[in-house]
Amino acid sequence: MYRMASIIKTESLVKDFDGLRAVDNLNLEVEERTIFGFLGPNGAGKTTTINILCTLLRPTSGRAFINGYDCVKDAHRVRSSIGIVFQDTTLDKDLTAYENLLFHAYLYGLKREESKKRIEELLQFMDLYDRKDEPVKRFSGGMKRRLEVARGLMHYPKVLFLDEPTLGLDPQSRAGLWEHIVRLPESHNVTVFMTTHYMDEAEVCNRMAIIDHGRIIAEGTPEELKRMVGGDVVYLRAKDNKMAKEILKERIIADIEERNGEIFVHGVKGDVCIPEIIRILGEQVLSVRLQRPTLNDVFLKLTGRQIREGSPEDEFKESIRSYRRRFDRT
Amino acid sequence: MIELKVVYVIVMRELIKFFREKSKLVSTMARPLIWLFFVGMGMSRLVPQDITGTDYMRFLFPGIIGMTILFSAIFSSISIIWDKEFGFLKEILVAPVSRFSIVLGKALSGTLLSSLQAMLIMIVSPLIGIYPEMGQIAGSVLVIIVLSFCISALGIIIASFYESLESFSMIMNFIVMPMFFLSGAMYPLKKLPLVLKYAATLNPLTYGIDGLRHILIPHGMLDFPFYLDIFVLLSTSAVFLFLSTYVFERGK
Ligand SMILES: Nc1ncnc2c1ncn2[C@@H]1O[C@H](COP(=O)(O)OP(=O)(O)OP(=O)(O)O)[C@@H](O)[C@H]1O
Ligand SMILES: [Mg+2]
Repeated sequence: MYRMASIIKTESLVKDFDGLRAVDNLNLEVEERTIFGFLGPNGAGKTTTINILCTLLRPTSGRAFINGYDCVKDAHRVRSSIGIVFQDTTLDKDLTAYENLLFHAYLYGLKREESKKRIEELLQFMDLYDRKDEPVKRFSGGMKRRLEVARGLMHYPKVLFLDEPTLGLDPQSRAGLWEHIVRLPESHNVTVFMTTHYMDEAEVCNRMAIIDHGRIIAEGTPEELKRMVGGDVVYLRAKDNKMAKEILKERIIADIEERNGEIFVHGVKGDVCIPEIIRILGEQVLSVRLQRPTLNDVFLKLTGRQIREGSPEDEFKESIRSYRRRFDRT
Repeated sequence: MIELKVVYVIVMRELIKFFREKSKLVSTMARPLIWLFFVGMGMSRLVPQDITGTDYMRFLFPGIIGMTILFSAIFSSISIIWDKEFGFLKEILVAPVSRFSIVLGKALSGTLLSSLQAMLIMIVSPLIGIYPEMGQIAGSVLVIIVLSFCISALGIIIASFYESLESFSMIMNFIVMPMFFLSGAMYPLKKLPLVLKYAATLNPLTYGIDGLRHILIPHGMLDFPFYLDIFVLLSTSAVFLFLSTYVFERGK
């Protein structure tokens, strides 16, 4: 038994699939009651890592702990400590929303009275209460996802895994689901471990790791990661750009260029730099805008690739997934 | 370790799904009746009484009950393949429950559903001249239940080896149909060529059907002593249950 502040911990985790190293020497620690984002392109090893953490796969070497329990030796206790929303939906589409949750309650040995209360409370929380007696096959993709999150929370898990929770959803359902997810650590006292492709989703994580080819290539808060690419860019227009540029060059230590009628100030802390610029140039300034680096810039810098290169293969995989999600066994 | 709640909820799920889809019930009930009446009536003109020991329709009847059990128990168990394909199995596998409870739940669902259908087929027995007494009914029900359990557990073993729905016709053509034809359901084993006869003695269904014949048409053609039928059914059931837990755990 292993005890310390981190609710999820891996030590040199490795998983090989005949010849292919899907997870490569992974060391992770996740603090309790936070949202941890696991970001990476297709085939990076995100799902494989989750499968090891949730006891469905045995690691080739290395160890993983959830809530202090070893994922191999103490699988039973790990299973009691986690809830999970898999990448592809795992609801029974012939059963109603209520029945799916009730099945889960029995499976996890909840008491009858308690499970009834819990189901109603979670259906309310996920805004699904009105549809509780409809078979899941009539649900939209977003509703199915929300139901799965509700199901994953039924048994008061310590950790909730979300594997690409918003994949294949339209922007509105994405936002709807997202709104619920960000509240979970507070509202349901749970640590969220989620994988995603979407950069904007990663922004709200307390901490995140970027994984590529099974290896973690960067880890930190979203802010820290973005600082890695070298700070913000301030775009500035002045009455006389030439003169403004010269003045700024004397007073501010930063890369300054002029292009297309705009002055660029690179690699600064935008929120400090803008007041400074205005103090220096005063009336001269016509407009100022600030561009913060995105996580996409981080990924680009670290790997030389966009996180979604959009190779035909990936798009194909993607379209099959969303197809299946929609037409899964009617 | 057996978690009763888990067994219970797995059985309930199968029952709910089965009865919600009325067309399934109709079609699984139609198959044995079609065989009984269409095949049975055609064959009864061809097969002389001294081979079957009784009128052919009566000889066939226990075989048809066996067929009902074979199909419905296997179908019920290989729904595990559906659960794999549509992901639901993962929901069960990440839960903190023993694999034995899961397998037992699946086996009992199959037992319940196929026993129920077999008993429904029993109702038509008077139409073909079998009028079972209370004792015969009770005996048949017991054999039906044990045979159903045995075939359901076998179905779980089969399901562990397949990943997707495409395997369905494979299982039908290479496992279920041969099991049916090599079970003495339609003709007495004594008349089969030696190789097929040996194959049939490896088939648990053979003993189930023979057991039913002992009870329902005791003066007809019988292949084994009754106690052997029961012994084989009970022991294969136990073996299959443990084997299925083993392969299920390993296969996922
Ligand atoms: N069961 C398996 N057998 C063989 N190879 C596998 C298996 N599962 C995954 N892989 C391989 O391991 C690598 C990592 O896959 P994984 O599913 O973990 O990626 P991912 O980061 O979840 O990708 P995606 O964003 O597409 O879901 C891939 O190259 C994949 O082909
Ligand atoms: Mg994945």
